[in-house]
Formats: sequence, structure tokens, C-alpha cells
Amino acid sequence: MISDPITWIFVAGVLLLLGAATTVGHFLKGQPESGLNPAMVQTFNRRIRAWWLLCSLVAAALFLPQSATVVLFGLLAFWALREFITLTPTRLSDHRTLFWVFILFTPLQFVLVGLGKYDLYSTLIPVYGLLFVTARVAFSGDPKRFLERTAKIQAGLVLCIYCLSLAPALLYLNIYSTADIRLLRELPPGTDLVPQPYGKNPLLLFYFVFVVQMGDALQYLWGKILGRRVIAPAVSTTRTWEGMLAGSGSTALLGAALYWATPFNEWQAGCISLVIALAGFAGGMAMSAIKRDRGVQDYGTLVVGHGGVLDRIDSLCFAAPVFFLLTKTFFTLP
Amino acid sequence: MTGPLIAMIAKLLTGASARWVDCQPDTCQRVYFANHTSHLDSLVIWSSLPGVIRNLTRPVAAKDYWGKTMLRRYVAGHFNALLIDRKDIKVHQSPVDLLLREIGSVNSLIVFPEGHRSAGTQIGAFKSGLYYLCKKRPDLEAVPVHLDNMNRILPRGEFLPVPLLSCITFGPPMWLETGEQKADFLDRARENLLRLKDA
Repeated sequence: MISDPITWIFVAGVLLLLGAATTVGHFLKGQPESGLNPAMVQTFNRRIRAWWLLCSLVAAALFLPQSATVVLFGLLAFWALREFITLTPTRLSDHRTLFWVFILFTPLQFVLVGLGKYDLYSTLIPVYGLLFVTARVAFSGDPKRFLERTAKIQAGLVLCIYCLSLAPALLYLNIYSTADIRLLRELPPGTDLVPQPYGKNPLLLFYFVFVVQMGDALQYLWGKILGRRVIAPAVSTTRTWEGMLAGSGSTALLGAALYWATPFNEWQAGCISLVIALAGFAGGMAMSAIKRDRGVQDYGTLVVGHGGVLDRIDSLCFAAPVFFLLTKTFFTLP
Repeated sequence: MTGPLIAMIAKLLTGASARWVDCQPDTCQRVYFANHTSHLDSLVIWSSLPGVIRNLTRPVAAKDYWGKTMLRRYVAGHFNALLIDRKDIKVHQSPVDLLLREIGSVNSLIVFPEGHRSAGTQIGAFKSGLYYLCKKRPDLEAVPVHLDNMNRILPRGEFLPVPLLSCITFGPPMWLETGEQKADFLDRARENLLRLKDA
């Protein structure tokens, strides 16, 4: 894995890009009379810092054993859920439900991912978690706003824990290119020349995180340049139709250009990048709606002094299950 | 060794971030007074103080909770807690005198002038202990400390915490003015604490 040249080229490219962005951000910070809004420069610099953090996380996946990557993603998801629930008003009678959500379901989901038990981790939260939360809230004996309360906890559990856990789950898939899959299907039994799986799953995870983050940036950038029609002013004042379409389109081109790092061909890489960029955009919209409902600007200001992890990974939360399921459906053997 | 470890665990568990608004950490003798929403309050405020000041600060904690089990007694011993028995207050042994004797001329105190934990986000009327502390030792700086979200991490009646995030705000110090009446001082202290909510 580490000795693979493609991995090194990819990582070096990302490092160069991040380095360049950091330099630009630093330069802009030192130029107060550049005419740019200082708040915008600050936002830009904060985003770059978050990218370094995320990229180091997935770069670590290249060197660490799979289980360590799962643990790192588990911590990230844990923190995101903390922010989500802190922001969500719950009643005191939800306390014990929340306790089990944090202490049992969150670690268990990542343990199951780490053991590669697809049948279990794909159902733990959407089925058992949902049933448990509904039942446990009922057992608490407080029927006030029952559906609303269970829905809040379930949404937090699914969006922060389940969705995000499917990103490191990529590491455990046996991925083939579509050509190899066709070949494997037609292969007569007992043939020696069996196609090998793709095998560079940590690199694919890196590719996924990179494309989603670039999608965020390009949608924001195109929104600034072309943005005319705001999609929903009450939800987000910066997200426009132009930003979404142009941003996702250019992300698709970028994803296609990087196809050599993946098991996909140019077309497949482009289509998948388009879909995950759109999913990421949807994630940003959804999390904005939650924030507006609570009347906060970002999750970071909700409890002052915290970085706002959820602000940075909202797009990942939505894109991860889509990317995982597409890869699993079309690029693995059943 | 155990002290810093306990402080670290408490901070991780409650996701506590400390803010100092118009106030700086200082080793001078202080009375930190805070709203009381959870049994963890005294531990978390103590933990969020910088190490040097932490060693000089003694939180007042309820003996009926922190003295109950071996683990709690052990933890309380290591965060320098002054365990006060709320049921066994005698005339010749008033808690205020006891606290002042314990801190001498070195230590600071963490007190909860509401006397009991409030159920939600409301801050109740202050008991007079804070006034008598400041009256007997007018040199003590009274620092308001606002705790946010602690009541959701460990509400009253629960014994297992949920690791959410919380925020601790330290406000500007205040003193007992000469000739200030008890009710006025306690009102002023409560106002200063309430103001930190939106600071």
C-alpha cells in the first residue's frame, strides 16, 4: 500500500493543493487592504484548517491498520453526535435513552464496522436503533411530544453515526473494476488467471473525502461567482441553484480526471463524483435547516469555544452512505 | 498525578470549554459562585481552572452525594472538595466559619448560593451564605460562574452521565460594597450571574 506509486502521487497532489491554499489564505490575512471581506478570509482559513485535519485523518488511513481508521472515524462521529444532541432540545425524560445511544449504539456500530459484519452494521441503527429509541422513550413514561422527541434522537443517530460509519466501512470491501467483475462472472470454474481486487481501499477513502470537500469548495466558489437564484433564503442565504449545478458539475470533472486512483473508469468516476457532490450539497442544506430552526449560525457557536465539527462534516455525512452503497452495489461481487 | 487526571476525564466527559469574560485566571483568593444544576458542577468548574489555580481552589460539595460511595469519596478527596453536611448544621459551627477557616489566607472557594440544584435553566434566589462570606472577608473577590447545559449531562436523580457539551463562563469579579445590604448584594450577585448567560 505505502509503496504504491499511485497512492504517493495522489497524496502529494493533495498536499500541494492544500499547501497552496494555506499559502493563499496566509497571504490574504496579511493584506488587509486587498478589498476582500476579512470575515470571508477568516472563514476561508478556518476551512483550510479543517481540510488539513480531515486529510490527515484519511492520510493516516494509508499507514494505519484498518481498525485504527475505524476508531478515528468513530471519535469523529461521536463528537458530531455530541454537537447534534447538544443543539437539539431534549426533555429530561430522554436522558436514559440518550445514555444508551452514546454508550452502546455509537461504539457498537463502529465495532461491527471494524469486524466487517455488513449484515449487522447495516441494520443495527436503522432497525434496532430505531426500535430501541422509540420503545425506550415510551418506557420513560413521558408522552409529551413523543414522536418529535424520538425523531430527533433517531435523526442524530442515523446522520452522525450510521452515515459516517459507512465511510471507513469502505476499507473492508472487496472492490473490482466493472471489467473484472464481468470477467469473473464469465470465468469457467478452475481457471488460474483470476483478476485481483482493487486492493487500495484507503486510497479510495481518501479520494472520496477529497472529492466531497472539493465539492463543498467548488459549490461555494461558483455560488459566489455565478449565484443569482437562492434556493431557500430562509434556510441558507449563500446556497444557490447556480452554485449547486456548476459546483457539482466541476466536481464531476475533477473526479473523472482523478479516475486513475480508483477502481472506476473515467465515466464512472465522473458520475459517482457528481452524485456525491449533490449528496454533499443536500447534507449542507439539511444541516443548515436544523441550525436555522435553532437560531444559530454554526454548531461552533452553540457551545462557545468548540470548533463545530458538524459544520465541517455535514456533507460527508450525506455523501458517505451514497458512495459506499454505489461502490458496494456495482463494484463488488455479491 | 490523580488530580490532573480527574480534571482531564471531567473535561472530556462534559466537553467543557471555559470562557473568561472580563476576568482573568488569578491566584488571589476568590469565591467562585455558580448556578447549580448537576452534581458534577463543582468537579467541572474545578477542572476547568488552570492547573496552578486548581491546586489552590476548594469546591464546596454536598456530603450526602460525594461522601456516599468509595469512588465518590476518592474522587472528592482528589479534587480538594470541602464536603458540607447539609443536614447537620450547628449554631456554634456555622458553615461560613468552617469554610473561612479551611481556606485560610491561601485558598479559593467554589460555592453554589442557590443552595440546591435547580431543575431546569432557571436560577433561583440566592441563600445568604455568599453575603456572610464576603462580609467576614471583604477582601475576597466574588466571581460569577455560569454553567450551561450541565443539567442535561447529569440531571438530578440520574446517576449515569450523557457526554454532551457544556460551557463554563467566568465573569467580572465583584466585591461587597461598604454599607451594602444583604438583599442588595445577593440581588446584584444574581444579576451578574444571569448576565453571563448571553455574554
